[in-house]
Amino acid sequence: MKRTLILALLLAFIMPAALFAAAEAEAVEEEMVLNWNLGADPKTIDPGLNGATDGGDIIANTFEGLVVERNGVVKPGIAKSWDVSADGKTITFHLRESKWSDGSDLTAHDFEYAWKRALAPETASEYSWLWEYTNVVNSTAASMGEVPVDEVGVKALDDYTLEVKLVAPTPYFVSLTSFYHFGPVKQSAVEAGPEGAWAKDPSIYVSNGPFVLTSYVIGDGLTLEKNPYFWDAANVQIDKINVKFIDEASTAYTAYNAGDFDFLNDVPPAEVPKLIAENPEYYIFPLLGTYYYNFNMDLDMFQDANVRRALALSIDREQIVEVLAGGQVPAPGFVPPGFPDHNGEDFFETAGNYGIETDDSQFAEAKKLLAEAGYPDGKGFPKFVLMYNTSEGHKLVAEMVQEMWKTNLGLDVSLENQEWAVFQDTRKAGDYEVSRGGWITDFLDPSGLLAIFTEGNAYNDPNFNNPAYDAAMNRALTATTDAEHYEALYEAQDILMTELPVVPVYHYTDAMLSSPAVKGWSRSQLSGTDFRYATVNR
Amino acid sequence: MGRYFFRRFLYSLLTIWLIASVTFFMMHAIPGGPFTREKAIPDEILRVIEAKYNLDAPLYEQYFDYLKGLVTFDLGPSFQKVGTSVNDLIVAGFPNTAKVGFFAILAIIVIGVPVGIVSALKQNKPLDYIVMFGATLGVTIPSFVIATVYIYIFAGKLGWVPPFGLRNAVSYIGPMIALSGYSLSFVARLTRSSMLEILRADYIQTARANGLSEYSVIAKHAVKNAVIPVITYLGPTIAAIMTGSFVVERIFAIPGIGRYFVESVTNRDYTTIMAVTVLYATIYVFMVLLVDIAYALVDPRIRFEKEKA
Repeated sequence: MKRTLILALLLAFIMPAALFAAAEAEAVEEEMVLNWNLGADPKTIDPGLNGATDGGDIIANTFEGLVVERNGVVKPGIAKSWDVSADGKTITFHLRESKWSDGSDLTAHDFEYAWKRALAPETASEYSWLWEYTNVVNSTAASMGEVPVDEVGVKALDDYTLEVKLVAPTPYFVSLTSFYHFGPVKQSAVEAGPEGAWAKDPSIYVSNGPFVLTSYVIGDGLTLEKNPYFWDAANVQIDKINVKFIDEASTAYTAYNAGDFDFLNDVPPAEVPKLIAENPEYYIFPLLGTYYYNFNMDLDMFQDANVRRALALSIDREQIVEVLAGGQVPAPGFVPPGFPDHNGEDFFETAGNYGIETDDSQFAEAKKLLAEAGYPDGKGFPKFVLMYNTSEGHKLVAEMVQEMWKTNLGLDVSLENQEWAVFQDTRKAGDYEVSRGGWITDFLDPSGLLAIFTEGNAYNDPNFNNPAYDAAMNRALTATTDAEHYEALYEAQDILMTELPVVPVYHYTDAMLSSPAVKGWSRSQLSGTDFRYATVNR
Repeated sequence: MGRYFFRRFLYSLLTIWLIASVTFFMMHAIPGGPFTREKAIPDEILRVIEAKYNLDAPLYEQYFDYLKGLVTFDLGPSFQKVGTSVNDLIVAGFPNTAKVGFFAILAIIVIGVPVGIVSALKQNKPLDYIVMFGATLGVTIPSFVIATVYIYIFAGKLGWVPPFGLRNAVSYIGPMIALSGYSLSFVARLTRSSMLEILRADYIQTARANGLSEYSVIAKHAVKNAVIPVITYLGPTIAAIMTGSFVVERIFAIPGIGRYFVESVTNRDYTTIMAVTVLYATIYVFMVLLVDIAYALVDPRIRFEKEKA
């Protein structure tokens, strides 16, 4: 008995010692290394399969599409240039000569393969629905298996020319090709590791961006190293990026302060106000998305537009944004800042506020509107429930809105939360009165946001059916000139903000913390953080 | 004895099968699925994806497919980590969880039991009070508080330990404390009260009256009986600790399987839900069996089969 105990104790001391002996043997080399905490272990880092921001961050550093978008500006990527036909329905991309990370040539055929694979039903990519918005000939039908992918309007005319046929002019199509879903993948690699397994297996991994994957440990981290075959490798400074998957922000932040990380995608919410005030290396970027509440337009109580307007006017968005303290932008309309229109002016600025102030100045007017609708001081208005998906952040906003509607309008609002997946079912079924909504777009055009409120759209949660709105959106999507396109979009948002089937609350932001040692990184509004030209000088 | 264990083994399999079946049908009964997203996937595309993973088949068919996979140890693809099989997730994560769990359990036994015994022997003395005060704290302070405070002080302020991961021997201390804190304190209390009861028993008085040394009274007679309730408690505890903790693994950033117990449900990652549930159930059932064997070794009054008439 005693002997076993001693043995056990001995083991207890020897085992960890042996474990760390191996870890200690770290080589000290003079290479430029970046230590980056990504957050969660991404679901996939295969461009065609990915549908999440964490995967997008890795893909932004490992793959390069036809074009590259940085801070909203579209630049040539693998495509040196492109031509758009006079009718706007044919786009021809001229590719540069470039190579895959295994040294083989990257051609237009690789893009044709990658795109057709991404939309094919058997690939089961979560993002294959995006093809509906590309207007590429037959792409939607092919994504549902109704026509063979060979009939999709994407064709490599030769090794360095890719032709795309569209059913209607699509001004944002070129910028869309910067999105990870449209990245090239190499057929032999994809087939060697089905279901995206190749993208996590360094022995068969092939990419074409500034970095390549050299290790992947499930739940722990991955390593990226400089890709010598990248077309612009001469300008890539960093040799190695160590990526960790720590999803607990407070642990990652402690590690950052201890010097273990140079870059964090996420910081603990409690630290945000201090970081905004004191740390110039804490960056806040607008995201192309909006946080809003849906009114269930099928219910009698929300039939009167004055009622909806009263509810919208009585929310002090500035106070909400102040409490959230993440640099969010109060939302008077649905389209966030960051979309230049045909005159090069920001859509958000030009659209104005539709007479909806984002502060507390219109409470009296709201009260008057509600009285005109027949509910003086909220008397006689039915009790209703504001529903959101379970989260501390959503709860906080919901409580503030509840309080504002109660104090300013005298309405009896109760709150209810549901677990995320349950909530989505409830909202989709229209089984609510007021519900939380959020939408972030995937392409550099306001139609990515506004299209969701057209009749029959899968995300039209308020069930807003307005023929004038649908007509405006239809004109926007079939317009042949930029001017026509944007004018129709302005008109659509006018209708949306007059009818108010939703109350926009704020526009999302994204924040990241960089060590002062890291310089020169850039960010794509659609695809994540890019370290290709960054340097790390400790 | 052999026949008894064979029967018990069959019962164990039956238990695991029942747990797997109940979990399977409950999991499919809750709203949402592995492809429920903020950007809800249009129905047509969703149908295509579901067909690919056979999620459009009748439930009973999916159930039998699942059972077939289970007996051949093929747990299927993970929906949350595409291109990775659930087998890979478990193989990658379980060793990390088990390593930390092993040390935590060792701490519970090696520290918890002796502390409880000493505390009982020094009943109502200052040492006893100190130990019981510590044990009360250990039972009441949640592990996420211990873990967060530990990292804040020892990694953040003092820099004595790495802030995350299992990088060296020192890095095991934090997860071990957070993981074992509750059970260690509980075991200490349990041992103490059980010991106090035994010390008052007649046979202990008899042993003393027979002139046995105090050491052999305590070590040979009292302790052996006092640990029986501890063994009962340890069985399920070992199963729970060996399968990890969501909170502890998340805060210390340990790439184990504990996180999957929560994440798989949130994500409706059906295959992973089933895998971790069955793994836990199996270890649990096995531990309960071990506890029964341990009883027989410690307490000669317990027999596995009826005495022959």
